[in-house]
Amino acid sequence: MKEKIQNIVEQYQSDKTRLMDILWDIHNQYGYISDEAVNQLSDALNMSPPDIRETSSFYHFFHAQPAGKHQIYLSDTVIAKMSNYDEVHTALEKETGCTFGTIDESGTFGLYHTNCIGLSDQEPAMMVDKVVFTNLTTEKIEDIISALKEGKSAEEIANPNQHPHTEVSYIDAMVSTNIQNKGSVFFKKERNYRVILSKCLSSIPEEVIETVLDSNIRGRGGAGFPTGLKWRLCREAEGEEKYVICNADEGEPGTFKDRVLLTRSPKDVLLGMIVCAHAIDSSVGIIYLRAEYWYLKAYLEKQIQEFHDEGLLGKDILGRKDFHFDIRIQMGAGAYVCGDETALIESCEGKRGTPRLKPPYPIQEGYLGQPTSVNNVETFAAVSRIVEKGGAWYKAMGTEASSGTRLLSVSGDCSYPGIYEIEWGMMLNEVLRLVGAKDAKAIQISGPSGECVSALKDGEREFCYSDLSCNGSLMIFNQSRDMLGVVKHFMEFFVDESCGICIPCRAGNVDLLHKVERVIDGKACQQDLDEIVSWGTLVKSTSRCGLGATSPNPILTTLNKFPEIYKKKLVVPKGPLLPSFDMDAALTGHKNAYKILMKEEAE
Amino acid sequence: MKTEITLDGKKIQAQIGKPLIDVASDHGVYIPSLCYMRGKPCLGTCRVCSVRVNGHVMASCTVPVYEGMEVEVDAPDLVDMRKALVEFLFVEGNHNCPSCEKSGRCELQAVGYETGMMVSRFPYRFPVRTRDHASKYIWLERDRCIFCQRCVEFIRDEETGQKIFSIDKRSTHSSIEIDVKLADKMTPKQVKRAADICPVGCIIDKDLGFNKPIGERKYEIKSIKERILKGKTNE
Repeated sequence: MKEKIQNIVEQYQSDKTRLMDILWDIHNQYGYISDEAVNQLSDALNMSPPDIRETSSFYHFFHAQPAGKHQIYLSDTVIAKMSNYDEVHTALEKETGCTFGTIDESGTFGLYHTNCIGLSDQEPAMMVDKVVFTNLTTEKIEDIISALKEGKSAEEIANPNQHPHTEVSYIDAMVSTNIQNKGSVFFKKERNYRVILSKCLSSIPEEVIETVLDSNIRGRGGAGFPTGLKWRLCREAEGEEKYVICNADEGEPGTFKDRVLLTRSPKDVLLGMIVCAHAIDSSVGIIYLRAEYWYLKAYLEKQIQEFHDEGLLGKDILGRKDFHFDIRIQMGAGAYVCGDETALIESCEGKRGTPRLKPPYPIQEGYLGQPTSVNNVETFAAVSRIVEKGGAWYKAMGTEASSGTRLLSVSGDCSYPGIYEIEWGMMLNEVLRLVGAKDAKAIQISGPSGECVSALKDGEREFCYSDLSCNGSLMIFNQSRDMLGVVKHFMEFFVDESCGICIPCRAGNVDLLHKVERVIDGKACQQDLDEIVSWGTLVKSTSRCGLGATSPNPILTTLNKFPEIYKKKLVVPKGPLLPSFDMDAALTGHKNAYKILMKEEAE
Repeated sequence: MKTEITLDGKKIQAQIGKPLIDVASDHGVYIPSLCYMRGKPCLGTCRVCSVRVNGHVMASCTVPVYEGMEVEVDAPDLVDMRKALVEFLFVEGNHNCPSCEKSGRCELQAVGYETGMMVSRFPYRFPVRTRDHASKYIWLERDRCIFCQRCVEFIRDEETGQKIFSIDKRSTHSSIEIDVKLADKMTPKQVKRAADICPVGCIIDKDLGFNKPIGERKYEIKSIKERILKGKTNE
């Protein structure tokens, strides 16, 4: 073991900022990160052992104890729970012989829950080791687990025709891309990247930035910061090196557009990154890929290699002596908060995914303290089209203030879940018609962190930055769905994914979750609803980052749109005590203590 | 360079880039905090110094002064928010002031008084947390940790620069950890400093215990507000 870990560390030149990669290499080799491994790393990296655990324990795919030869993660989403999640859950426990959160006696299987793995259009879904299985049923689980027991690897089962990892056919063997319509910007075939880049590089960086500014494109991760402005600020910032980071940590439940873009148009994304490198004068790019998308890694590496071979990446790009740019992939390890750009940067530096304080902003001091432009996968892909067709072309689409198109990841109660490219400005009703949502009651826009809207009241609202500024996630719930159950699930998600560095988010979400449970249990009164609003506002206003600033949204927005689902569960207090106060339970503790004391006295 | 900003309706001159919390303090406006230490890098973990800047609630330790700032500190909703955050800290751990060695010199307790907290509006959690007394000089009483991160960031092994204190896990599962080997190398001065900067009674100097009679303890002699306003650090 000693030598193996030594080799791993040397591969990264004992650089502690590469701790994520080092931990992954160890985890991939041993299935967990033992204390022995941590102690050895401690010496090699000049970090105390708890400091190494500070990073590893933050990410839920890193285990500190043996976690099973086959590590199975069932995607725990509201969408899965609307199909046959429960039977799959039961089948997994029955077939593997272990309960969730544990490993079986032989150490063959470890069963775990995980938050959305970016497959909401084909749930229930699960990760097994580094591959995924979709549209699960009891029969499928029986087949998969029995094949694993026979000694087959998860990958052999998922990829029976043995497609090479580097080919799109390997990904297609496992997941569907479900692109449902054709738009103007994305998924164009047979693009001549060399010609597009060549044309782009013939313009000076300032002109490229001008084109991006002209297009009026805004960031597609959710915050909607103007991309051209971000690049200009990053270009103007002083720094020895500048970095381009592609945020492929698509963690918002219900989103999967980036997975599809990286599968169908990976070179659009790479080209967008190269354009950014030219614009801000960078020579190093990083794609931060969520661990849930491990099956895309080898394929993306091959795409990068092909660009190298064609002279579009590497040294002297397209023969230009002053332009060098390379891209590496940084794997995440299971933390929603790393979708926040500063948390993502911390993770790239080998640390916990704790969002930084701002200022300074990443464009001033980002990765390794240098000016860094972090952009979404979709933003880069769109930019690759903007430099090809011009800013005006892009701006002509959409609305005045929200130009262009955007990808929606549609899931839930509709006939055609999948990917849609819509022009900004489209009305909600129109989208619902397009996706075949006939009996929609509620639509969760932008995932749990976004807004729950009503099909009845909000149908005329528009997708645009000033109204429904959707980050791409669109989950549809019909009249039969238990919306309080959905809200509870979303709050559990935030409790689980809070990084825990600030008190309002760490503690507040727990109390808000308990309030929802109280409503569901029929033990809440009006005072509880009033407190939900007041505590929710507190968490939103005082939290450190976007996670806490949005985590109360599931409750607050449903309370606003569907007050009746709460009101009909309320009870009126009888007497001075709250209905949630359980007198018997409160007195049992005293009774028990009294009994024990009396017994001790007697002895 | 100085600029004019508005602090609770009053126009004051403040140095651009200086932390807002310090500027307020220099102008006689006390903003409570449990993680910020003047002159040290900002941690921004406790959020107790939340104020409103140009309409947005922000932790004042994280905000550098800029031109045209309009700051509200004493608006009733903000006073209540700061109090609520202190209440969160009390219910999240187990804080039994009368039996705590840090009582009377505990910043959480002192700030509790300053914000007028009587009882928490949030349900008490009574979490079960194990304590760690493996190191020679330090008693780690996890019940009282508020995850301010002062010890994590400001106490390092003097020889190697390694972290002595770290946070394990995330979210509600977080816990403060100590590297016993490095902790046992700490000088008495460093141990004292670690115990002093801990705003609660989580890092306890094993040799100290209850060393001052009630009535003569740090914040009984002079309140935390008076200390901060006099520019004295909270060490």
